[in-house]
Amino acid sequence: MGKAKLEDKNQNISVEDHGAEHDHDHHQSFITKYIFSTDHKTIAKQYLITGIFWAFIGGMLSVIFRLQLGFPDMELEWLRPLLGKWITETGKLDPEFYLALVTMHGTIMVFFVLTAGLSGTFSNFLIPLQIGARDMASGFMNMLSYWFFFASSVVMFFSLFIETGPASGGWVVYPPLSALPQAISGSGLGMTLWLIAMALFIASTLLGGINYITTIINLRTEGMSFTRLPLTIWAFLLTAILGLLSFPVLFAAALLLIFDRSFGTSFFLSEIFINGEALPNIGGSPILYQHLFWFLGHPEVYIVILPAFGITSEIIATNSRKPIFGYRAMIGSLLAITVLSFLVWAHHMFVSGLNPFLGSVFVLFTLIIAIPSAVKVFNYLTTLWRGNIVFTPAMLFSIGLVSFFISGGLTGIFLGNSAIDIQLHDTYFVVAHFHLVMGSAAFFGMMAGVYHWFPKMFGRMMDARMGYVHFWLTFIGIYLVFFPMHYLGIAGFPRRYYSFTNFDAFNIFTDLNSFISVAAILTFAAQLVFAFNFFYSIFRGRLAPLNPWRSNTLEWTTPRFLGHGNWPGEIPKVYRWPYDYSKPGAREDFIPQNVPLSVTPESNLPSEKEKVDAENRRTKEKSVNEK
Amino acid sequence: MKIKTLENIEIIRDRKESSINPRKFIVWLFIATIVMLFAALTSAYLVKQGEGNWLHFEIPDMFWVTSVVIILSSISMQFAYISAKKDNISWIRGCLLITMVLGLAFLAGQYLSWGELVRQDVFFVGNPAGSFIYVLTGLHAVHLISGIIFLAIVLYSAFKYRIHAKNLNSLEMSVTYWHFLGGLWLYLFFFLKIYH
Repeated sequence: MGKAKLEDKNQNISVEDHGAEHDHDHHQSFITKYIFSTDHKTIAKQYLITGIFWAFIGGMLSVIFRLQLGFPDMELEWLRPLLGKWITETGKLDPEFYLALVTMHGTIMVFFVLTAGLSGTFSNFLIPLQIGARDMASGFMNMLSYWFFFASSVVMFFSLFIETGPASGGWVVYPPLSALPQAISGSGLGMTLWLIAMALFIASTLLGGINYITTIINLRTEGMSFTRLPLTIWAFLLTAILGLLSFPVLFAAALLLIFDRSFGTSFFLSEIFINGEALPNIGGSPILYQHLFWFLGHPEVYIVILPAFGITSEIIATNSRKPIFGYRAMIGSLLAITVLSFLVWAHHMFVSGLNPFLGSVFVLFTLIIAIPSAVKVFNYLTTLWRGNIVFTPAMLFSIGLVSFFISGGLTGIFLGNSAIDIQLHDTYFVVAHFHLVMGSAAFFGMMAGVYHWFPKMFGRMMDARMGYVHFWLTFIGIYLVFFPMHYLGIAGFPRRYYSFTNFDAFNIFTDLNSFISVAAILTFAAQLVFAFNFFYSIFRGRLAPLNPWRSNTLEWTTPRFLGHGNWPGEIPKVYRWPYDYSKPGAREDFIPQNVPLSVTPESNLPSEKEKVDAENRRTKEKSVNEK
Repeated sequence: MKIKTLENIEIIRDRKESSINPRKFIVWLFIATIVMLFAALTSAYLVKQGEGNWLHFEIPDMFWVTSVVIILSSISMQFAYISAKKDNISWIRGCLLITMVLGLAFLAGQYLSWGELVRQDVFFVGNPAGSFIYVLTGLHAVHLISGIIFLAIVLYSAFKYRIHAKNLNSLEMSVTYWHFLGGLWLYLFFFLKIYH
C-alpha cells in the first residue's frame, strides 16, 4: 500500500493536530470554511439551505395562485405591497402574472428544489461519507458547482422582480410562445433571464454530476465493492449518470431557443402571424423543441425521484431493523428505470401530432417502467413486513413516500396510454399525477433525508415531536390537495387556466377548488414547523449520539463534529454489506460495515465462515513461511 | 491523534493505485457530456430535415482542408506524447507548439468556410439548414478553443520541465481531449456531407 509514501504525502498537504481536541478549523477563515468551502459537507449544507429557501419561495407562489383558483372573487388588494402592479386596479391578480406564477413554481420546484436541493445536498453529503472517502474527487469543481447554482439562483430570483415579469410560458417554455417577446410580456426579459439561469444551472449540474460519478467509481475505501454499496449511493450514481446524459440535451434546446429569440434564427419558428403581422421566420419546427426538451424532461423526473428512492431504501431498512428486501433487485430496478427513462420522452407529446404508430412504441416503453417501479414498491413493503419498525420522523416520511409513489404511480398507468391521454392531457389529472408521484414523493424523500442525517450534518438532533406534527400535517394535507384534483381532471378541467368560472362545465367545481386552496395553504403553513425545527436545532438542538439510529453505514463511524477529511486517522475498511440488521445470532440487531467477519463468529453465515477460515489459513501459512 | 485536513488539494486515495486516475476519469465524463450535446443537435438536424422545407446548398470545400489540418494536429499531439514517454523534452515542446499552431489554423479555416457559406447566400439567420451548420461548426470551435487553452497550460508546464515520463497525467488528458475534438470534427464533417 506504500503507507510511508502516503504519510509523506499527507505531511505536505495536511494540518497535523496532535492534541486530543477536535479543533480542526483553526487554519480556515470564516470565508474558506463556510462560504468558498471545498469541503463536501459544507457544500451539501449550502445546497440544502438554498434549497429550503427556494422551496419556501416556490410554495408561496403556489399559495398565491391557489388564492386565485380557490377564491376567484377575492379582494387581493392586501397583496399589493408584495406584488405591486401585478394586482390590477380592481384588486385582482393580473392574468399574465398568474401564468408567471405557475411557470416559476414549476421551474423552482423541479430544478432548484428537487434537483439541486435534493441531489446537491445528499449526493454531496453522503457519497464521500458512505463510500469511505475523505472528500470528492475534485473539491474545487464541487465548490464551482455550488457557486454556479448560486449564480443561477440569483438570476432566477432577480427575474421575479423585473417590470415585464418572469418567464410565463410554463416550466417547459415551449416555443413559439417563449420565443416571441410580442406573444406575452413574460417572454421578454424574464424569458432571457430564465434561459441564462438555466444555462448556469446546467453547468452546475454537470460539474456536480461528473464529480459524483468519479468519486463513487474511484474513491471507494478498501472492501467497498459495488455489491456492498448502500442503495443511496447506487441511486446517486445513476441519478448523476442520468443528469450527465440528459442535461446537455436541454442545453442544446436552450441554445437554439436563445438563437431564435436573440439572433433571429428559425429553428423552432415557422410561418407565424402575430398581431396581423407576418414574421420572417420560415422552416422551423416547434415540435423539435418538444423532442429536445422532453429528452431531458423525462429523465429529469427520475433525477428527482431516484435519490429519494435511495434515501428511502436506507431509512426503511434501518428503521425496520431488517435487511432491505431484494438488494440486487433494488439495484436492478434502479438500472432498469435509468435505461428506460431515455426511451419514453414522447409520452409527453401524444397530442402534438405525433405519428400514432410511434406513439404506441412509447406507450409500450412507458408501461414497462411500471415493472421496475412495482419491484421497488414491493421491496419496500416486504422490508417493512414483520420488521421491528421504529417510527422516527424520517421513517414516517419514507413510508409517506411509498404511499405517494403508489397512489401517484397508478394514475401514471392511465396517462401512459396514448388513447386515454387524449382526454386527460393538460388537465388537473396530470397535475395530480405528477405532484403525487414525483413532487410530493421526492419532497418526502428529501424531508426523510434531512430528519435522518441532520445529526450527522450538524451534530445535533432535530426535535422528534415537531417532526411528527410536521409529518402528519403535510401527509394529510398533500392528499387533501391532490386527491380532489383527479376528479377535476377527469371532468376535463384544464391546467394553467387563470379563470374557470365562465365555463358552465367547470363552475360547479368552485367549492372543490376552494377546498383544495385551503388545504394547500394549511400544508404550506405546516412547513413553518419544519423551518423552525430545522434552524432552531442547528444551534440549540440536543447533542446527537454518534449513531442515533443504530445504523450500519460508514458515516456513523465518524466523530460528532467532523472536520475536513471526515475521519481522524485511518479510513475504515469495509467487510460486509450495509444491511446486516437483526442477523440471526448477532449480539446487537445491527453490525456496521466496518466490523470484520472474524469478530462476529456467532452470526456468520456458512459461506462467511468459510471465508474467515480461508483467511485464517492464509495468515497462518504466511507466518509459517516467514519463520 | 491526527486530523488530516486536506485543503484545496487532490484527495489522495487511501488504498492501492489500481484503477484510473480520477482526473482522467473526469475528462472522459466531460467528453460524454459533449457527445450528448452534439448527439442532440445532430438528431435535431435529422428530425428537422425529415419534416421538409430544407434548403439545399454546397458544403464548403474548405472543410476538406480543415479536416486534414486537424488530423495533422492530432498526429503531432501523439508525437508529443510519445516524446514525453521517452523524456525528449525539446520534442515535447516542439510538437505541442505545432499542434497549437495547427489548431489555430483549423479555427481560421473554419472561419473562411463560413465566408464560403455567405458567398452562397447561406446565413446564420434564415432556413434552419444553414443555421444548423453555423451552430454545429461554431459550437465545435468553442470546444476547440477550450482545447487550445488546455494545450497552452500543458505547453507552459512543458517549458517549466513539468512534463516528462514520470509526470504524464496532464499531457495524457490534453491528448485525450484533443483526439476527441478531432474525431468530433470528422464526425460532424461526414455527417454534414451525408445529410445536406
